[in-house]
Amino acid sequence: MSGLIHVAYIISALLFILSLAGLSKQETAKLGCTSGIVGMTIALLATFVGVDTVIGWVIIVIAMIVGAAIGLYLAAKVEMTQMPELVAMLHSFVGLAAVLVGFNSFIELMPSSSITVSANASLQEVATILEQAKGAVAGHAELSAAEINIHLVEIFLGVFIGAVTFTGSIVAYGKLNGGFSLAIFKSKPLMLPMRHWLNVAALVVSFALLIVFMITAGNDAVIPLTCLIVMTAIAFLFGIHLVASIGGADMPVVISMLNSYSGWAAAAAGFMLSNDLLIVTGSLVGSSGAILSYIMCKAMNRSFMSVILGGFGNAPAAAADEEQGEYREMKCNDVAELLKNASSVIITPGYGMAVAQAQYPVAEMTAKLRAKGVNVRFGIHPVAGRLPGHMNVLLAEAKVPYDIVLEMDEINDDFSDTDVVLVIGANDTVNPAALENPNSPIAGMPVLEVWKAKNVVVFKRSMNTGYAGVQNPLFFKENTYMCFGDAKKSVDEIVKGLD
Amino acid sequence: MQIGIPKESFQGETRVAATPATVLALKKLGFTVLVQQGAGENASFEDNAYVEAGAQIGTADEVWASPLIYKVLAPNDQEIAKLKEGTTLVSFIWPAQHPELVEKLQAKKVTVLAMDMVPRISRAQALDALSSTANISGYRAVVEAAHEFGRFFCGQVTAAGKVPPAKVLVIGAGVAGLAAIGAAHSLGAIVRAFDTRLEVADQIHSMGGEFLKLDFKEKEDGSSSDGYAKTMSKEFIEAEMALFAKQAKDVDIIITTAAIPGKPAPKLITKEMVESMKNGSVIVDLAAATGGNCEVTQAGKVFTTANGVKVIGYTDLPCRLPAQSSQLYSTNLVNLTKLLSKEKDGNILVNFEDVVLRNMTVVNNGEVTFPPPKISVSAAPTEQKPAAPVKKEEPKRNPAIKYVALASLIIVMALIGIFAPASFLPHFTVFVLACVVGYYVVWNVSHSLHTPLMSVTNAISGIIIVGGLVQVANFGATNSYVIAFLCFVAILIASINIFGGFAVTKRMLKMFRKEETK
Repeated sequence: MSGLIHVAYIISALLFILSLAGLSKQETAKLGCTSGIVGMTIALLATFVGVDTVIGWVIIVIAMIVGAAIGLYLAAKVEMTQMPELVAMLHSFVGLAAVLVGFNSFIELMPSSSITVSANASLQEVATILEQAKGAVAGHAELSAAEINIHLVEIFLGVFIGAVTFTGSIVAYGKLNGGFSLAIFKSKPLMLPMRHWLNVAALVVSFALLIVFMITAGNDAVIPLTCLIVMTAIAFLFGIHLVASIGGADMPVVISMLNSYSGWAAAAAGFMLSNDLLIVTGSLVGSSGAILSYIMCKAMNRSFMSVILGGFGNAPAAAADEEQGEYREMKCNDVAELLKNASSVIITPGYGMAVAQAQYPVAEMTAKLRAKGVNVRFGIHPVAGRLPGHMNVLLAEAKVPYDIVLEMDEINDDFSDTDVVLVIGANDTVNPAALENPNSPIAGMPVLEVWKAKNVVVFKRSMNTGYAGVQNPLFFKENTYMCFGDAKKSVDEIVKGLD
Repeated sequence: MQIGIPKESFQGETRVAATPATVLALKKLGFTVLVQQGAGENASFEDNAYVEAGAQIGTADEVWASPLIYKVLAPNDQEIAKLKEGTTLVSFIWPAQHPELVEKLQAKKVTVLAMDMVPRISRAQALDALSSTANISGYRAVVEAAHEFGRFFCGQVTAAGKVPPAKVLVIGAGVAGLAAIGAAHSLGAIVRAFDTRLEVADQIHSMGGEFLKLDFKEKEDGSSSDGYAKTMSKEFIEAEMALFAKQAKDVDIIITTAAIPGKPAPKLITKEMVESMKNGSVIVDLAAATGGNCEVTQAGKVFTTANGVKVIGYTDLPCRLPAQSSQLYSTNLVNLTKLLSKEKDGNILVNFEDVVLRNMTVVNNGEVTFPPPKISVSAAPTEQKPAAPVKKEEPKRNPAIKYVALASLIIVMALIGIFAPASFLPHFTVFVLACVVGYYVVWNVSHSLHTPLMSVTNAISGIIIVGGLVQVANFGATNSYVIAFLCFVAILIASINIFGGFAVTKRMLKMFRKEETK
């Protein structure tokens, strides 16, 4: 029987790998999703076989039905603009589950003792309990001392990663949502004094607790359990602080990083339970998140450490005192005229498009222009939005065909042959200062070179600076026009003007 | 404050420094405008139109008594005599070429802003009269060439036979050159262009021209920091002349726009080249006023050589489009007024903190302020520099980090090998291999699918549910309600992940669609 379960786990691990492989292309993406679902089903069925108590079944059935109902409801209801929040929330669940599984593993290792010890238990009672605990440990006779040690490390590590993922994701959720007034949920990075030392202290104390935990675990239950709980509390705070000190625009990196952590947490749980399927899946997710973080960092020309340590925008604003000159304004009707006479148009959306919910009018405008024979394409910067690939999802939702939505590298050479570029809600990702001004805080970051086009129209609410706090010389270029106002309303008006 | 717009006195000058449209704009800035009677006549702007726009019409003396005077060309001696002390005059001056004019103006204790001294920085482009004038010259050069050229510009295949397209060579791709390239291209000609500055190649392509690159070993770029081309080495010029000689035999029309500020124009088209051209070919020399780029150019007229090549040396090309020239020039002046009168209250302040105004001011209240301190304006050098240092940093710090990482990896592996129990190692093997598989699989994921990737990984990391399930399965053995409760919570939230993650991924993927084939 156990052989059969093992084979089932291998199959579902393979299906998970196929699932990720399927996502490499649009054509196979749906198949990939399906193979993930099949893999998950097989894994669940194989695990169900081991459940042999009524109460176990009751727990499973109730928990899964409730969980499934909540999950399906969220998935059906969520707005595509809020995908980053949903993803962050789901990460936090994995983290919490990892913490719970870790605690369970520990309790299993130390049966009964931790449950019955109460604060007013007499010494005598404690002694008896300790005897029992020793007996219990002895019960795990098949585990050698080294195995117990490594098992303890696995538990400790799993709980730590899970806890950091849990609170970190909650903070990320709050930051993305923007609707909370707590300081840690503000888009602005939280700057505690000595923040790096706080992080170091948290790690050092956790490590010390791990040592105590391992030494005492053999002959006691209360001290190690306390260690575990204290460490979990520290890890919770550590997770909060870690993400709170990172700014809103770095969220694509943070989300991918948390994605990675949630994977490692699952892998750690796999080690705890000696379950290879969990290890494989956890590592797949972990490396996936790590690679995404790397891609995002690369797209911002920043090192992973600098993002994690947080506090973007500390660099002196060297460019601020430079004279920028004047900008030219253009009204929606004139933009419509400009578009009518253009033969090629590129639209570069940013997070602002998501905020203004402008993707539908943008799609409508695109359809109208294409009907007139205008070559309309989209150029997407890797860090546009608050989630890797966020813009692609939004445009897909508004029914923009994906073959006209191109990546930065694919489209950057085409700007010089383009009549009109519409910059909708993007700022730092189209800032020429990144290439031209070596003192700029964003120097060296690859950007969409929109200014090479004949005309650039920037949709913006006001002349405020972008997230990085850097003034954008693009706005003052000879061929740039500003179209002020809410992006959705502006684009709506342009759509009317196109008729 | 009153702005005076005198009628241009120079013979053949058809432009005027204000149009009815700019009068409106100036009034909005708080100024009153006094236009000399008949000032706009040659540019098709009647006195009535000015009055309708809110200007007053006056005599020459009244106009010259205004505290602020906008003009096109520099004033002549009679006009300078009319200037009052404290007046501010804005016009073309060319102070480097006309030091005696600057002296005369200084003696009158006036303030003079030269429209030819606008620095070539992006902020000042709105008032760069040289650019707007050059634009017109370039366009008109093509029109003049078309007028003298006996054939079509565009190639056609007609019932009466095939017409080859005209071949146009434009030398110098400044504003005038680019305008000429654009105009000739839209008439249908094949346009080639040459410039010593390599940075303009893209601009030439964007206007529809073909950039002729010099086959020259030494990498030399004629860009300089003041926005003009610099003088090149002897070898470079020889290679350049060889190119022109070769092109002259092939092309029908040559438009030359090479000018060096404050110096006679370089001679680029020799007599021999002109003689080698086909009968009926046309040369337009935009540098005729400063001696011409062509050896046979005669300033101000069309000269036909013995072999039938027409060499156009008009120096008044902008004046041949008076309404357009006046409109652009007077708009430049309005933009200057915005700089002068930041408060928009009809008063002006020549603020020397502003590098644009500082550069333009030739005489300030009777004190000569020419030449101005140098400012660097070209975008090219700053564009190239930052890229290099950014790239260099990475390889420098890499080796040390690599070795440390390698060493610590070896140590960790050794520790695991020594201390880890045998039962741990198979799991560890699986872990390492899975990481490698994950690495390769995920790199292939298309960028546009990153969000679905995240939601799928979210769903499958819900596999942690297995942990909860296994622990529930052990319930019979542990019989602990705490474990049961924690498992319940863990299973519940992990199921949210699994079902929610997969459902939202499916929903997203359904939205991605390819364009339906029509």
